[in-house]
Formats: sequence, C-alpha cells, structure tokens
Amino acid sequence: MRYAMAIDTKKCVGCSDCVVACQTENNVPVGYCRDWIVEVTDGTYPQLELEIRSERCNHCDNSPCVRCCPTGASHYDEGGIVLVDHDMCIGCAACIASCPYDARFTHPDGYVDKCTFCFHRVKKGQQPACVEVCPTKCMYFGDLDDPDSEVSVMLKKRKYKTLVPEAGTKPQVYYLI
Amino acid sequence: MKEEIIVSGRMNPKIDPVLHVWGWEIPIYLFLGGLVAGILFFAAFMYLRGKEDAYAAAVKKAPLFTPIFLGLGLFALFLDLTHKPYFWRLYTTIKLESPMSWGAWTLMIVMPLALFWGFSYVREVYPQIDFRVSWLQKLESFFQSKRREMAWVLIFMSVILGIYTGILLSAFNARPLWNTSILGPLFLVSGLSAGAALIMMLSKDRAERKLFSQIDLALIGIELFLIIHMFMGFMASTEVQIEAAQLFLGGAYTLPFWILVVILGMALPAVLEIWELRGHHIPAYIPALLILFGSLCLRFIITYAGQASRYLY
Repeated sequence: MRYAMAIDTKKCVGCSDCVVACQTENNVPVGYCRDWIVEVTDGTYPQLELEIRSERCNHCDNSPCVRCCPTGASHYDEGGIVLVDHDMCIGCAACIASCPYDARFTHPDGYVDKCTFCFHRVKKGQQPACVEVCPTKCMYFGDLDDPDSEVSVMLKKRKYKTLVPEAGTKPQVYYLI
Repeated sequence: MKEEIIVSGRMNPKIDPVLHVWGWEIPIYLFLGGLVAGILFFAAFMYLRGKEDAYAAAVKKAPLFTPIFLGLGLFALFLDLTHKPYFWRLYTTIKLESPMSWGAWTLMIVMPLALFWGFSYVREVYPQIDFRVSWLQKLESFFQSKRREMAWVLIFMSVILGIYTGILLSAFNARPLWNTSILGPLFLVSGLSAGAALIMMLSKDRAERKLFSQIDLALIGIELFLIIHMFMGFMASTEVQIEAAQLFLGGAYTLPFWILVVILGMALPAVLEIWELRGHHIPAYIPALLILFGSLCLRFIITYAGQASRYLY
C-alpha cells in the first residue's frame, strides 16, 4: 500500500475550496493552513504561462522530517502517510526546519501539525476532504500499488512532476502537467 | 525579460514569508555548548598530558563554569520547545538518524561528567570551601581517583558535543546554507577557540596565557580556512547553495557576518595576539572577549541566515 495524490494543474482554477475544506474538516486553527494554493507565472510578456497548484505535505518516501525527529513523533503510518504523534512531539521544530516544502507549522497547542492526507477519513474508505470538495475534480487520491486506482491510472496517462525532486525526498504528491 | 512570479496563499505564523522557527534560544545554546566542549576538551587534554598544575586555569578553574554554562544552554533549549511538558520524550528513545536525539544523549553524558570533574577540583580552587559531611568527602576522593577515566571519556565526548552543535544544523538539506558538512568542524573549532579564550581570561599564569593565546591564534587560522572552504563549496554547488552563499556575499547578512564574525571576532583578536606575542602588552581579556563575541555572533548569524535560505520552486 502506498497512498499518493495526483493534482491536475491544467484543471485547477485556484479557488481555495480545498484549503477551506481542510481547515473545516481538521479544525485547523485560524490563521494557519495545512494546504494552500500557489500560482506560478512565468515567461516573457505577453507570452505568459500560469500554473496553479494546490500544495500540501508531500508524504515523502524519504522524509527528512521523520529522519530528524528526535522522539519518533514524526513517523510513517499505514500506506506511507507521514503523521505526527501529538503526545510524543516536544515541539523542537527540527522537522519544520527540515521540510523543503515548509509544509509543517507549530500548532498553537504546542505540537507540530501538518496535512495527514485526512488519515481519519481514508481509514474509513473515504477520500481526503480536499479531494472530496474539489469543484473541478482536479485531485486524485489512492493507492499507487493498485494499478487500477484512479491515481495510478492518471500517472500512467499523463505527464507529471513532483516538487523539488532534487531535495531527494521522493515526494508522493504528483502534479499532472 | 523572462520572469517567474510565485504567489503563495500560505501565511503560517513563523513559516511565512521567511522561516523563523528558531529564535535566540538555539544560537545561545549552540554557543554555550561549543564553549563547554572547548573548555572540557582542553581540561581533559592538559590533564592527560600531566599538566594539571602547570595549566591550572584550563584543568581546574574553567571547568567549574561548565555545568553552569551547560545548564543555561539546556534551559535555553527547553525554552525553545513549544510542547514543553513532553520534553522527557527525548529520553524514551534513541534515534541514530536524528542529530537532535544523539545530541540529547551526548548532553546526558557530558553534563554529569562536567559536574563530577568540577566537583573533584572545587576545593583546590576555593580552599575555603569545607565539606562538613563525610559522604561528600568520600564522594570527592572517589571522583578524584577517577579523573583519568573521566578525562578519557571527556576528550571524546567534548569533541562529539562540539561537532554536534554544527551537525544539528548541517543535517537539514531543506536549508541550503546549513547543508554543508563544513559546519560541524567549523563549529567545533569555533567552540575550541571560545574555550581557549575563556581559559586565557581566567588564567593568572603568564605561561598559560601565552600558550592559550597561541592555541587561539592557530584555531582562528583554521576557522578562516574552513570559512573559505565553506564558500568555495557553496559556489561550486547547486543553484540553491550559490544563492545561500549570496546571503553573505552581498545579501542581507553580508555586513554582520564579515564585520562581526570575521573582522571583530577573528582578524582583530588574531592581530592583537600576534602583537602580544611580539612583546607588546595587551590585556588578555580584550582578544578573549572579542573571540567569545565572534563565536556567539557566528551562531546567531548562521542560525538566522540558514532559515532565510531555501529551495524556491
């Protein structure tokens, strides 16, 4: 089992529904977010290209945050999902400094928090909240080890990239381009 | 002009726009840890060479400060934690891949050794102290008889402690400025130099002051060599590291780094020490304080600048 997400940058319109759905579903404190929208414009005017991405923790296969955690609070859970055990986290912020995506933050309650791929929903067979609400259906979530899962099929059909692959983290959120 | 504009909707406190999860606590700890490593290294080294009376400030006097410095450093680390009631979790596991984990265990070994070492010498330095209870006297003679063993452990553990203060940062590849293996040796040498400076300040003996002034001079030379190597490594590396080096080569940290660390903290004390060795009289505390100041600034600037360096994607 290897959970992963594929996000279609050609379909995403940057509406931030995923951001709000996550904040509501996960009781994310006001002023914080576990997922966010990035817009990248590049080119020479007037030939500009816009890419919109919904970003979050990449649940890396080679997670620097899990490696540097001194207590084992950051760990790989079922299907490679990277989670933080709140009762083991001392709030040293090493994992925050180690993440090239800056996907983590210190929760006002003291422990470190981030996207969980909505593990509590996934366990029940549901989709993560962001995927569920996306009005353009640009996100796909599933098991990479299952060749028929939606995410496997999309990655076979389409060209894709990951973010900062040169950091060696082996990210598991794929962007269809 | 070809341009790339990245707009992010994320504005998490202490993460955006520039990462700042580590404030003054971490550099203070890194400085105190390095200083303690330096003092304990010289104490153990001089003891093992049989020079405990010739270099009394190094072996007997300066180590008395180490439990206090280390205690303050640990307190700073504790203040840095945001989930404080769970700090003991550090000691329920050993994670070899995490520098912070083996750093925590290193401190667990060095802290009591520093205490025992100081305890075994405290009455030699302050003869007016009187242990009225007999078990304290017994404990004292026990530790006095174990000095050789303690020195052997200390000489290794102090090097590990000194290197660890650098590796703590260099293990983060997400922060290109920190991600250089030079940082371990650089912080070790900087810690040794700070330790030697403090010994120089405390020493009443001319020969000892002269020796530690020469040691400091050599260590400053090594530090400058390591700093040049660090920048050579950055400039020959990937784009993110070239950009990280730019923070010090024209960027926001250029003036603080070159003026506070390199000129005031290394070059000036080196010149003063050369002067001193040539027979001019310069009060020992002036170069010593400059070295300590430079060492502290190095930790602050590297910790802060490192958080400003990142992958842009």
